[in-house]
Amino acid sequence: MTIPAISLKDVDISYGDTRVVRDVSFDVALGESFALVGESGSGKSTVLKAIAGLAPEWTGEISVLGKSRGHGMDRAFSENCQMVFQDPYASLHPRKTIDTVLNEPLAIHGIGRRSEKVIEMLAAVGLDRRFRFRFPHQLSGGQRQRVAIARALMLEPRVMLLDEPTSALDVSVQAEILNLLKRLRREQGLTYLMVTHNLPVVSFMCDRMAVMNKGRIVEIAPKTALYDGGFADPYSRELYAASGGNPGAEPDMVAPATKDPA
Amino acid sequence: MNETPLLEVEDLRVSFATPNGPVEVVKGLSFTLGREERLGIVGESGSGKSMTGRSILRLIRAPGKQTAKTLRFDGLDLMAQGNRQMRKVRGARISMIMQDPKFSLNPVMTIGEQIAEALRVHERLPRRDLRARVIEMLTSVRINDPGRVARMYPHEVSGGMGQRVMIAMMLIPRPQLLIADEPTSALDVSVQAQVLDLIEELVTGNGMGLILISHDLNLVARYCDRILVMNGGEVVEACAAQRLHEASHPYTRGLLAAQPRMEETRDELPVLDRSGGAGT
Amino acid sequence: MSPRDWLLDDSPATLTQANLGRAWRMTTALLRNPLAVAGILIVLLLLATALFAPWIAPESPVGQNLRTRLLPPSAEHWMGTDELGRDIFSRVVYGSRITLMIVALVAVISAPLGLIIGAVAGYFGGWVDRVLMGVTDIFLSLPKLILALAFVAALGPGIENAIIAIAITAWPAYARIARAETLTFRNSEYIQAVRLVGGSHARIIFRHVLPLCTSSMIVRVTLDMAGIILTAAGLGFLGLGAQPPLPEWGAMISRGRTFILDQWWVATMPGFAIILVSLGFCFLGDGLRDVLDPKQGSEK
Repeated sequence: MTIPAISLKDVDISYGDTRVVRDVSFDVALGESFALVGESGSGKSTVLKAIAGLAPEWTGEISVLGKSRGHGMDRAFSENCQMVFQDPYASLHPRKTIDTVLNEPLAIHGIGRRSEKVIEMLAAVGLDRRFRFRFPHQLSGGQRQRVAIARALMLEPRVMLLDEPTSALDVSVQAEILNLLKRLRREQGLTYLMVTHNLPVVSFMCDRMAVMNKGRIVEIAPKTALYDGGFADPYSRELYAASGGNPGAEPDMVAPATKDPA
Repeated sequence: MNETPLLEVEDLRVSFATPNGPVEVVKGLSFTLGREERLGIVGESGSGKSMTGRSILRLIRAPGKQTAKTLRFDGLDLMAQGNRQMRKVRGARISMIMQDPKFSLNPVMTIGEQIAEALRVHERLPRRDLRARVIEMLTSVRINDPGRVARMYPHEVSGGMGQRVMIAMMLIPRPQLLIADEPTSALDVSVQAQVLDLIEELVTGNGMGLILISHDLNLVARYCDRILVMNGGEVVEACAAQRLHEASHPYTRGLLAAQPRMEETRDELPVLDRSGGAGT
Repeated sequence: MSPRDWLLDDSPATLTQANLGRAWRMTTALLRNPLAVAGILIVLLLLATALFAPWIAPESPVGQNLRTRLLPPSAEHWMGTDELGRDIFSRVVYGSRITLMIVALVAVISAPLGLIIGAVAGYFGGWVDRVLMGVTDIFLSLPKLILALAFVAALGPGIENAIIAIAITAWPAYARIARAETLTFRNSEYIQAVRLVGGSHARIIFRHVLPLCTSSMIVRVTLDMAGIILTAAGLGFLGLGAQPPLPEWGAMISRGRTFILDQWWVATMPGFAIILVSLGFCFLGDGLRDVLDPKQGSEK
């Protein structure tokens, strides 16, 4: 059996005295795209933070690419696993140019050929070279999120943690970013662990999902459950219904008649 | 009397002065809203939809400026009203619900006091009646144990309940028109539906008009009779809600197509064609 | 392409151009504020006066001439003369050098000290924060002038000791500000992102936290300059700062006190100089605050 990209076993996470996540266990296969879905307060973002090492108080076992993860930050880990944050307006340093932001991971890890790498990466995330020396306030939300994705990819990690990467964006921009993430995954063979509350986004991006409620995983289901509402847990079904899923009904009312790609 | 529409807007313009000259964010908007009609205004950020909502209440602050050929509410010319008269209209006859209840509620007043305050500004009532009205209103927004909630402070309630409190506050003076600007985008999906159902029920039950402003096409289609789609400060499409899927304007169609679906089979989402090609 | 277009280019080609463009935008914004311009002019005047003092001053600041003592302002002595017949104008001009030195040294010593202590306390939190802020609070709780007096009394009067004393009393306020600022963004996503790519704590503090604190620090220091000048003058006035015959403004007022009723100009002229320079720094600080405010900087 191959080693999973991400593996959690009986993980409990607490902030101070309150335990926010209990007994979470799941495996994400190499190259898979896995979603953690749930509503606010379900603990889904906390799980992601714990894997990234940003929530230090946890017990249990977390391993990434077969290597068990300690509680602090370590460099080897950062070369394997990176994260894209939710709010593109808060995830870029307001006083640093895009070039500086993208250079930093390379400088920390002592990697050479930085200038070329930055230019390549800008192209890979669909940003024109003109953006290289701009400050974040000169960019739109979608452009900033592209920069954040580029920053995460600079160290060529194999696992990406995505924390609601499009929830702060407009629908049309969301589509562009989702397409970009999908393309990057295909081209670079990345593994995604994505946190979201948006089930249609899961349907587009992911292979499997874990539904979380009040700090626990209530169900792990394949993406096809979204097609027919085949969820076992009552909470999952409730969430599915509230998100506009109606199994067995006619196709979505507002689905455009036909869409020719030509 | 009931023949006149509730709200008439003609050639509404909002512009902001910048060092590089004025920038128009709403460019000549015209629409009418019938009594008991529910109108949805949809658009992405920067489309001018929120500014439209604010300008109906004349809430555009300097350096913004608004002009309109007609801005008539129930026969009253809003553009001709002074600040004092506008204050009587706001809240009492036209109410507005904002996006995030956390920023709209006063953190150091109990919920009951705030709702009572909203009523007291517009009506003189004895203390006991005031309290009864507050409890009645909280019950009507489906808050269990309204007596206890009335004594709570805003930080003690959840987002969904906070938004229901906001709705209670906005509806207690019995306005004729409710403007809801992204009333649920800060809430979870399961709570969203409850809050919108509640708004719908109260609006139809009291014979009020509703303007629902949102970025979410599906949501607006579900809760409104008519939809205006805005882009770049202009209405690009106006249609009945149930005919949204027949929308003809490329922008509207683009927006609809760009949304991932629950039964997604497409390998790539179609994106809006943006000239410039720099990527957003 | 004109230099202005080059600076305002939306897509700079190099890092230098990007930084210069930002500096240019701030400068033009600053120059649009009339009070800030007044402040800049006054500070420039102070700098020029200090630099060219030997050429501006008509007489030596220390040369005594007992035949011309206590003369009122006239064409020959613009600000009159003091009890030893020294030209007050010349003394005020040379005094600007001392004032400038005090201000510059205090700023150079206390601002970075406060900045680093505050940023470290705010960034790490926990016991580091409690210890550092405890020390800061002890310094803050003592009245500034009294504390400075105590230091000077211990170290002995003199201009250098006055500077050290003022610097020691000035840093706690900066540490507080830097800590408060750091707290607002230490958990922000851009700091977390640096941690995620493996950045060390030192790197985060020096490369990411400090640059965000410096703008409010510059504003605060500029506004405090007036206070520093006054404290220095106060020490001088009490005889604990610059020693005679150094033409320090506060010491000059102190000497003039004896004659204040009959020969008002002896104390008043250096007083004017203090007021003017303090005002200049205040105006400049206010203008800088509008331009450098982090909120404006990030949202334009």
